[in-house]
Parts: sequence; C-alpha cells; structure tokens
Amino acid sequence: MASALTVWERRRQRLRERAIEFVLLVAAASSVFVTLAIVAVLIYESLGFFSSVPITDFLFGTVWTPLFSNPQYGILPLLGGTLLSTFVALLFVAPIGLVTAVYLSEFASPRVREIIKPILELLSGVPTVVYGFFALLFMTPLLQTFIPNLPGFNILSAGIVIGIMIIPYVASLSEDAMRAVPNNLRDGSLAMGATRLETAVRVVLPAAISGVAAAFILGISRAVGETMIVAIAAGQQPNLTLDPREPAATITAYIVQVALGDLPHGSLAYQTIFAAGLVLLLLTLVFNIAGFWLRHKFREVY
Amino acid sequence: MNTHTAPTMSSATIGAAGEMLAGRPKITAKNVNVYYGEKQALFDVSVNIPEKSVTSFIGPSGCGKSTFLRCFNRMNDTIPTCRVTGDIEIDNADIYERGLDVVQLRARVGMVFQKPNPFPKSIYDNIAYGPRIHGLARSKTDLDQIVESSLKKAGLFEEVKDRLHESGTGLSGGQQQRLCIARAIAVGPEVILMDEPCSALDPIATARIEELIDHLKENFTIIIVTHSMQQAARVSQRTAFFHLGVLVEEGVTQMIFTNPRDRRTQDYITGRFG
Ligand SMILES: Nc1ncnc2c1ncn2[C@@H]1O[C@H](COP(=O)(O)OP(=O)(O)OP(=O)(O)O)[C@@H](O)[C@H]1O
Ligand SMILES: [Mg+2]
Repeated sequence: MASALTVWERRRQRLRERAIEFVLLVAAASSVFVTLAIVAVLIYESLGFFSSVPITDFLFGTVWTPLFSNPQYGILPLLGGTLLSTFVALLFVAPIGLVTAVYLSEFASPRVREIIKPILELLSGVPTVVYGFFALLFMTPLLQTFIPNLPGFNILSAGIVIGIMIIPYVASLSEDAMRAVPNNLRDGSLAMGATRLETAVRVVLPAAISGVAAAFILGISRAVGETMIVAIAAGQQPNLTLDPREPAATITAYIVQVALGDLPHGSLAYQTIFAAGLVLLLLTLVFNIAGFWLRHKFREVY
Repeated sequence: MNTHTAPTMSSATIGAAGEMLAGRPKITAKNVNVYYGEKQALFDVSVNIPEKSVTSFIGPSGCGKSTFLRCFNRMNDTIPTCRVTGDIEIDNADIYERGLDVVQLRARVGMVFQKPNPFPKSIYDNIAYGPRIHGLARSKTDLDQIVESSLKKAGLFEEVKDRLHESGTGLSGGQQQRLCIARAIAVGPEVILMDEPCSALDPIATARIEELIDHLKENFTIIIVTHSMQQAARVSQRTAFFHLGVLVEEGVTQMIFTNPRDRRTQDYITGRFG
C-alpha cells in the first residue's frame, strides 16, 4: 500500500521508474538514430557526388555508364528498370492478391483460413535469392515457350516473380483491412438481398479500400526495393526501355553489382552507389508515407 | 412517455370491445423451432402477422425476439450453426421451401437493424444499392426517382436533398436510421422487419422514427422488436410477448398491456422481471 511506504522508499521507487524509462527511451532512440545515420551518410556521400556531377545530368540523363572511360551519370535507365519491374509485379499481384484477400476474408471457412494463412506466411519467409533462381531457371524458360525471342535475362520474368513474392504480403494486409469492416455492414447488405459476392465486392471492398490501397502501396514499396530477383534474373545492363521483354538493370541491381566490385573508396564511381541509394530511399519513403497515410485514414472511418 | 410527440394508439383502431379486427394474415408461422447448434432458442412458436399493420415483439433479453424476427427474411441462414424447423408462410407461400431464392425473399422482406448501418457510401448510393442489385431501375432518371421517393417516404428528403452525394455515415444517428429505412424501402418490400430500431437513438430521433413507422404501416407490414413497452404501446396494433424462447401470448396491443391473460406477461409489463 502506498501510504505504508516511507518517503525514502517512495523516492527510490520513483528513481527506478525514471531509470527504466530512460533505458527504454535510449533503446527506442537508437533505432531512430541508426536510421538517421544511414540517411546522413547517404546524403553526405551524395553531396560529394553532386559536387562533380550536375544534379540535372543525374536526374535527366538517359545513359548510365559510370564505369566506362567516358562516364555518364543519367539515373533514368536504372529508375526506368526499377519502375518497369515494379509495374509488371503490380499487374501480376493485383488480381491474385485481391482475389486471395476477398476469398480469405469473405468466403473461406475458419478451417481453410487456418491452413492457407500459414502457407502464405511461409511463402513470405522464403529467401529472395531462391525467388531469383526461380525466375532465372524456371519462369524465364516457361515464358520462352510463349515468347520465342525472349532473352535469358529480362524484366518480365523478374517482375512476375517479384509479384509472386509480394502476393502473401499484399493479400494478408488486404485481408486484415477487409476483416476490419464491421459485420453489421455485411448484414445490411445481405438483408437487402445481395449475394455474398455482391456484398464482398460492393460493400466490404469499398469500405476497406484505403486499407487495401495501403497494402498495395506497401507491396509496391517492397517491389521497388527488391534486389536479388532483379540482380539474378533481369540482367545487369542499364537499359532505358518500356519493353519488359528486354533485359535491364534496376537501381538495386546496380548497387549490388558495384558494391561487390573493387572500386576505390571515395572515387566518383564509388559515390554513385550513394546517389542511386538516395533515389531508392526517397522512392520507397514516398510509397511508405502514402501507405501509412492511407492506413491511418482507413482506421478513422469506423 | 408523455414527453414524446409520437402518436399514441388512436381509439379508432380499437373496436369498442377492445378487440381489433386483425387484417388478412400476411405472415403465418406454425410450430417454429430454432436451434443454435445443440441449444434450442425458440420452442414451437405459432403466430399470424396481419397485413399492413405494426406488430411488436417484446420480452426480456435473450428470449428469442431477434431470432424469430430473423426467420422471416432467413437472415438466420447466414449463421452456420443455426437451424430452423416448422412452417413460415408469406402470402400462403412457404419461405423455407427448397430451391426458394433468398435474394428474392429479402427483396420482399426488408430489415432495419438495431445499430444504424449505412454503407460508407454517399446517401444516394446507399439508397441506390438495392435497386441496382435487383435491377429495378432502367435508367439514371428511374434511379433518381426511386432515391427521391424512398427518401421522401422515410421522411429524410428535405434534410438531405442538397447533399445526396455526401457520405451517409456523416449523418446524425437518427438520420442514419431513417436512411437505413429508406434503403430498405427502395426495393419495394412488402414487409419491413425492425430489430430495436430506436435503441441507439435519443428521444427526439426516436419520436420521429415512431411517427414514420405509424405512417409506413399504410403500405407495409411491419414487425418491430422493442425493449420499450411504451414504444410497443405507441406504435403497434398487436403485440407478442416472448419468454425463454416461448411465445407466451399474442394479441391486440392494448389488451396485452391492460389485461394480459398470462401471469408471465403481467409480471413483465409491471416490471417484475426483465
Ligand atoms: N449466433 C448465435 N449463436 C448461438 N446462440 C445464439 C446466437 N444468437 C442468439 N443466440 C441465443 O439465442 C437466444 C435468443 O437470442 P436472441 O438474440 O434472439 O434474443 P433477443 O430476444 O433478441 O434478446 P435481446 O433483447 O437481448 O436482443 C439467446 O439465448 C442467445 O444466446
Ligand atoms: Mg435482439
């Protein structure tokens, strides 16, 4: 009982509380600090890069050949490769992810859900290097039977496999959003004579739309940052193209490729990694912020 | 109860002897038993619901009022463990017949829930939902027409006519409930089931809904579940009292409240339990 404690004991208790609070604060702050440090390093090294290469050349140049004797530093081919593979992944994940989410949330019996959910979670635990070889050694040969002149390295195959990789993530987050829709809306719709499918598509999905959109945006942000699959299966030549059948490098693929090489520290070519990394960071940051904003908005509805 | 402006039962609806001539039965239920898994929730309930009038179901919590109400539009079908036996006929046609289309049934038997549940869509789209599903409107003007007349019948049109395209969830609780009534009306049902439609509303909004119900009975057969005996007395012509899954007695509302035949009814209306 508080009243039974002496002043001294109470003071000691308060001190201990403070100490624990402080330790927790430090722990929480350290992760923020590490993130900030990474951003600081990225910005610092990028500044070095931009002091030799004009930022407009970097942003609008259409050729990326930093390792050649006549280097050019246009990020567009890498950015294009990233966006194109992401786009292919999105086209692939959108229907499958949505159908899976609708099925799991509105149709699956609890027993079926209990079987499928762990499988999905298992899939999202597969190392991406496995997906990379799956793309190179299975998906590409498979596609080549439909598309005769498809090169061994191509964006299409990598994009589809990225799509496969993010299905569990997108489907599971979308399902959470749909299950959060209160049952009285479903009852209202069913009582109007709607079928379960009509209820799912016309009431539940629209009611959960910001959460579902957030799931897709977070999925996109993972696709943008995906590295192994594209590094393995999409080829590593920077190539500004809109045709997913061609090989192309992405920002991430370039970064691994160069980081694995033996570039001298502090050289301009070395600094390109940081500039490219900064672009990648900003890109995923934008998607994540959009995703979190949407999720937040969708919570406010009910 | 006297603070409400809702109409009380007019003496005209009650015969001199206190017994009202019940209209043609719209719904007949015979020996209805309902089970949730092993547990039986309703025991041999038989009742006639007269056409174009208001029937109220009263009784202590858990006695099976909602369960019985949900038999009439087969909403119990959506609960996997729920099983219904017995006969329920609407206009002399068995609604539990094999192969019967529940979609059609639910278009004929609308439902309003305890908690207003407008869809997170515009007011217009809320009303248009049913007509769209059932393909009732041939053109945009048709649909506009249905939306407007449904809102008018639900006494909501004047309040929302300038914001039909704003969200239905932005309305007040009472307005939301009238929106849900309008939504149910929009598909042209014959019967409207209401499960404690006013329990989430303040007295003024409640009075408006009661007024509306009194008005709607000219065109619809209405069954209302309520915990408020005053409400049952104000809006309904007939009242059924349930207790522990049994229909204890059913009759003209005024008789139930002034001269109940069963001891349990008497105990309930005098507030001795429930
Ligand atoms: N989905 C369900 N699963 C299992 N049992 C249920 C279910 N719904 C209702 N019951 C049970 O059936 C009985 C009747 O419930 P019902 O909801 O019809 O009562 P009610 O008269 O509407 O009560 P209230 O006035 O509290 O709404 C209760 O014992 C309840 O526990
Ligand atoms: Mg109930």
